[in-house]
Amino acid sequence: MYNLIGAGLIVIGAGIGLGQIGGKAMEGIARQPEAAGKIQTAMLIIGALLEGLAFGALILGK
Amino acid sequence: MMIAQKSFKFLIGIFVFLTSFTYAGEHKTGEHEAHGEAHKEEVHAEGPVDTKEEIDAYIKHHLQDAHDFTFFTDGETGKHYGFSLPIILWDKEAGLQMFSSSKFHHGETVAESNGNFYKYYHGKIYNSDAEGTITYDENHNVQNYRPLDFSITKNVVGTLLAALLLLLAFGSLAKSYKKSQVPGGLKGGLEQLVMFVRDEIAIPNIGKEKHRKFMGYLLTVFFLVLTLNMLGLTPLGFNVTGNIAVTAALALFTFFITQFKGNKDYWKHIFWMPGAPWPMKLVLAPIEVLGMFTKPFSLMVRMFANMTAGHSVLMSLIALVILLKAQFGTVGSTGISLVLSLFIFVIELLVAYLQAFVFTMLSSLFIGIAVEEHAHDDHH
Repeated sequence: MYNLIGAGLIVIGAGIGLGQIGGKAMEGIARQPEAAGKIQTAMLIIGALLEGLAFGALILGK
Repeated sequence: MMIAQKSFKFLIGIFVFLTSFTYAGEHKTGEHEAHGEAHKEEVHAEGPVDTKEEIDAYIKHHLQDAHDFTFFTDGETGKHYGFSLPIILWDKEAGLQMFSSSKFHHGETVAESNGNFYKYYHGKIYNSDAEGTITYDENHNVQNYRPLDFSITKNVVGTLLAALLLLLAFGSLAKSYKKSQVPGGLKGGLEQLVMFVRDEIAIPNIGKEKHRKFMGYLLTVFFLVLTLNMLGLTPLGFNVTGNIAVTAALALFTFFITQFKGNKDYWKHIFWMPGAPWPMKLVLAPIEVLGMFTKPFSLMVRMFANMTAGHSVLMSLIALVILLKAQFGTVGSTGISLVLSLFIFVIELLVAYLQAFVFTMLSSLFIGIAVEEHAHDDHH
């Protein structure tokens, strides 16, 4: 049972992180549409780093 | 397209070479009793899979490496359709042994080769005797010796297939440059990808002067991971990049390149960070050394976990066809599973490309940090 609670917490953490990144990226693109490509690239990189953390924690937990 | 034709013949040749091993070792014509019932120790992933445990075992079996290529198994008769891959072992006393994995008959019989007996138990090959005894110690660990296993398994076949596909694609692209500077069609897309790796990944991170030396490695890693991830989405049942040994090897490549190409500034920043007061330098040194190892480690875990999770979710959603059959009927359950699986499949396509991109981007970042020239005045 505690496995599931832990997994839920990990997903909450990843969700908050990705949501912040996505939100700030949207704001940045809204301010400067010509920089959309670079912002998107940076967003994807940080998204992958966060996912790596979340998945790593999931694997270590299971 | 002479290179393409030659590579095609090579592909056919390799395929025939591999399948010839099945005729070398085949005793029976591949008939097995139906394995519908579960074994005591493990649920065998053969025969009709109906219950949740059998589906779990089936998924787990397909996420792992295998010594044979099973395309599908007939539910009633239990007959396997596929071919066995060669097993190459290096035994300590007996030397090199090669035989077809059909001698194992999926773990039931003991394989005999030149007087040595080998038993296939839980996915690993052990030295044994004619009856196939496995000796355990008190913690239920297997005590038998293991020969070094150099077999051609499914992952090896997958990697070779990806390598051949890349040779085909890039060979024809290189050949087309003789005719015109602008390649047409799909080859143009390939050229765009190569330019993307150079302009968006290599040059921003490594710098315009030095990126050329590392382009070979970065391009190889990018296209190899992309092709292997895409292969994993086909119904052939590959899961190469979801194997931690494969991703560990790729991360080790990045690790060795950064270590061997690191210049004096890089090592100085790790062991004696300039610009900080000396107590901080002592504190930072072990942290930086640890960081040297955790960065490739995270590369490895990131790709392994992403790929395995993706394949696992995809297979679970396809298994919904069986699990929901009782409530929604065959058509309903197939429809639901189809829609969900389609969504996850499209996401997996994105993840395949994304993982290749992120692996290459982070590798180039680490390489860039290692070869960076600082304009120092002893002040950061």
